[in-house]
Amino acid sequence: MALTSEFTPRQDFSAFLRPNPGGGERLDLLVRGARCAGCISKIEGQIGALAGVGSARMNLTTGKLSVGFADGGGDPALVIETLDRLGYPATPFDPSKSAAAHDAEGRRLAMALGVAAFGAGNAMMFSVPIWAGLFGQELGPAMRTMMQWMSAAVGAPCAVYAGMPFFTSAWRSLKAGRANMDVPISIGVLLTLAISFVETVLGGADTYFDAAVSLLFLLLIGRWLDHRLRARARSAAGDILALQAPAAAVVSPDGQEHRRPIGDIVPGDLLLVRPGDRIPVDGRIEAGQSSLDNALLTGETAPVLARVGDRCRAGALNLTGTLRLLATATSEDSAIADIARLVEAGAQSRSRYVQLADKAAALYVPVVHSAAAMTFAGGMILGMGPREALLRAVAVLIITCPCALGLAVPAVQVSASARLFRRGVLVKSGAALERLAEIDHVILDKTGVLTEGRPCLVDPVPAAVAMAAPLARASAHPLARALAREAGPTILADQVIETPGQGVEGFIRGRRARLGRAAFVGVTGAGPSETELWLAIEGEPKIRYVFQDQLRADAGATVRALLARGLSVEILSGDGFDPVRRVAEALGVTAWRAGLTPAEKAQIVARRTAEGRRVLMIGDGLNDTAALANAHAAMAPGTALDASQNAADLVFSGEGLAAVVTAIDTARTARRRALQNFGFAAAYNLIAAPAAMAGLVNPFVAALAMSGSSLAVTLNALRMGGGGGRRWTS
Amino acid sequence: MDILIFLAPASVFLALLGLAAFRWTLANGQYDDPAGDAERILAKDPEDAPLTGD
Repeated sequence: MALTSEFTPRQDFSAFLRPNPGGGERLDLLVRGARCAGCISKIEGQIGALAGVGSARMNLTTGKLSVGFADGGGDPALVIETLDRLGYPATPFDPSKSAAAHDAEGRRLAMALGVAAFGAGNAMMFSVPIWAGLFGQELGPAMRTMMQWMSAAVGAPCAVYAGMPFFTSAWRSLKAGRANMDVPISIGVLLTLAISFVETVLGGADTYFDAAVSLLFLLLIGRWLDHRLRARARSAAGDILALQAPAAAVVSPDGQEHRRPIGDIVPGDLLLVRPGDRIPVDGRIEAGQSSLDNALLTGETAPVLARVGDRCRAGALNLTGTLRLLATATSEDSAIADIARLVEAGAQSRSRYVQLADKAAALYVPVVHSAAAMTFAGGMILGMGPREALLRAVAVLIITCPCALGLAVPAVQVSASARLFRRGVLVKSGAALERLAEIDHVILDKTGVLTEGRPCLVDPVPAAVAMAAPLARASAHPLARALAREAGPTILADQVIETPGQGVEGFIRGRRARLGRAAFVGVTGAGPSETELWLAIEGEPKIRYVFQDQLRADAGATVRALLARGLSVEILSGDGFDPVRRVAEALGVTAWRAGLTPAEKAQIVARRTAEGRRVLMIGDGLNDTAALANAHAAMAPGTALDASQNAADLVFSGEGLAAVVTAIDTARTARRRALQNFGFAAAYNLIAAPAAMAGLVNPFVAALAMSGSSLAVTLNALRMGGGGGRRWTS
Repeated sequence: MDILIFLAPASVFLALLGLAAFRWTLANGQYDDPAGDAERILAKDPEDAPLTGD
C-alpha cells in the first residue's frame, strides 16, 4: 500500500536562480514568520548545512533570505521545503522587482547627511570665534580672516557635496519649466557660498559658510526621513509585487512538474493547480473537478463548481480538487490584466495630486525671490552700494529658506505613519495621508471589508454541529471549515473520500456518513446551492446547514463613527442583491448598489469625484482594484488580494475595521499639524524677513533664528508620535 | 595663539576620520538590517565560541 495517495513530484525552481557575482548562483526568498534571534540562527544554520549551499543570510528588516549556491550544486526546492518544515513559508522572488534590495538613493542621502553633519560641526567650530568677535571680544582682523578661510575650507566642499540632492532636483524642475522647493534652497545656498567667499577675500565680517551647511543638514534630515517612509512603503509594495507574480506549476510532456514564473507561461501549457492555489492564467480545465472561489474577481461569495471543459479565469482560488488546466492566454492577456490596466489609469490620475508642501512652494518661491530682489534693488536705490545691498539680499534668502517646509512636513508625516504603524495600519506615502485627511465620502466594498469574507454557520445547533464535525474536519472546503471551526476539537471520520465539488464521505463511529451538496447526500427537490451543506448518516434524518458571510463585529460601530465625522457612506458590491441589502439594512446605510462589475465600480467612483466629492474607497477584491486606484484615497485590509493592497494607499491589518477611523483621525491631525507648522513658518518669516531687509541680521542671528525655527516645527511634529498599542503584524 | 595652526587642522583631521568611518559602515551595509542586527547580538556566534578541544 502506498503511503500517500498522490505522489508529488519534486518541483523545479531553477528559473529563479541568479548568477552570483562571486561565482555560483543565488536564490532570493521572501520568508514569512521570522521575527527573532532564534529564527535567524535556525534558518541560517539549517539552510547553511544543506548540501550545495555556500551561504545563507537572513535579513530580518526586509524579511529576505539570500541563499548562495556553490557552483553546480544545490537544490532550490530543498531549501524551500526545509524552510517550510521549519515553519517559515517562503516564496522565491526576482530581486530586480524589489526596490528595497538596492537602496542606492538612501545611501547617497545618508552619506550627504553625514557630510553635512561633519561640515556643520566643524565649520561652526571656526564660526564661534568669529561670532565672539562680532560682540567686541578681542579678535584681530588677521585671526578672523584665518578663521574664515578655515571655515570656508571645511564648509564649502561639504555644502557642495551635501547640497547635490537639492541642486539636481532644482535643475530637473527648472528644466521642466517649474520651480519646486529646491530652487530657493539651491539659489540660497550657492549665493551664500559665493558671497561668503567674496567677503573672506575682501576681509569683511559677514561669512555664512556654517549657516549654509547647517541649513543643508537640517533639510537633509527631513529629506532622509521622507525617503525612509517612502522606502518602507515601497518595499512593502515591492514584496506584494514579487509575491503577486509567483511561479505556476507547469507539467512538461514527460510528466515532470516545473515551477515557472507566471510571465513565462504561453497558451498551450499544461498547468497543475492544487487546492489553495490561485488560477495563474485564463485556461480550460483538462482534468479534475473542484470549486472555485471568484470572490476576489467578482465579489460573489458563493463558490462556483468547475468541471472538465469549463473555462476559468486567472485570479480565482481553487478550493477543493487538483485541476489540470490548459492555458488559453498569457498572463498579460488574462482577465486579471484588464483590471490591471484600469488600475494603471487610476494611479496616473492620482499622481497628478499636488502635495501640501509643493502647493506651499508654488506660493512661497516667488514671494521669497521677489523679496530678496527687492531688498537688493531697494538697497541700491538707497545708495548702500552693491556689497551691502547684496549682503542684505542674501540674509533675506537665508532667513526665509524653507526649513519649516522641508523638514516639518516630512517630520509630521513620519511620526503620523509611525503612530498608525503601531496600530496596525501601513501607510504607503506621505501624500496618501494628506489625501486621506481631505475625504468626505466613504465607499465600502461588502465582501471581506464589511463582512469577514468567509462563511459562518447560521443559527448553529450544537448537537447537529457535533454530528457533522468529524466529516467536516476532513475537508478543506470553506463551508466544511466553517462547520469544523464552529465545532471545535473533535474526532476525525475514518476512510474519508472527498469528491471535489460534491462532498465528503466517510465513517463516523462505524456508521457511513456523507456531507455535501443536496444531490450528493440523496436529498431530492432542493436546488443546488453553494451556501448550504447537507449531512446524511445511516439511520438518521438528513440535516441541513445554512451558511452566510457574517458582518465584522465592529462594522456597525465603524459606520456610525464615520457618519459622526460628517462623512457620507455608500456600499458598492459585486455580490447578489439580497446579501448586500441585508448588510446595508443591518448597518443603516441607505446608499448601496449590488451586482456591480469592476468597471462599474470604478465608474461610480469617477462619477462621485466629478460631483466634487473626495472619495475614500475601501475594498479588498480584485474587482475593487480599479475603484481603489481611481479614488482620492484608498484602503485595503491586510487580508486583501495583493493587487488590491498594491492599489491602496493604506493597508490595515487585524480583524477590525476600527483602524479605518483611526487612520482618518490621524491623517486629519497630521494635516492640522502641518498647517500649524506652515503658519508658524509664515509668522516667523513675517518678523525675520523685514529684519533681514533692514540689515539687522548678522551671520550669528541668522544661524540662531534658522535652527530655532526648525527645532520648533520638528517638536510640534513629534507631538504626533504619542500613543502606543499594537504593532503591525502581517 | 600659534598653536591654533596645528590644533585646528588636527581637529578637522580627526573629524574626517569619523566621516571616513561612517562612510565605511555605510558601504559595508551596516544599516541594511537594523532589526536583524539587534537580534543577532543575542544569538550564540559559533565563531566566537571557545574551542572545546575534541
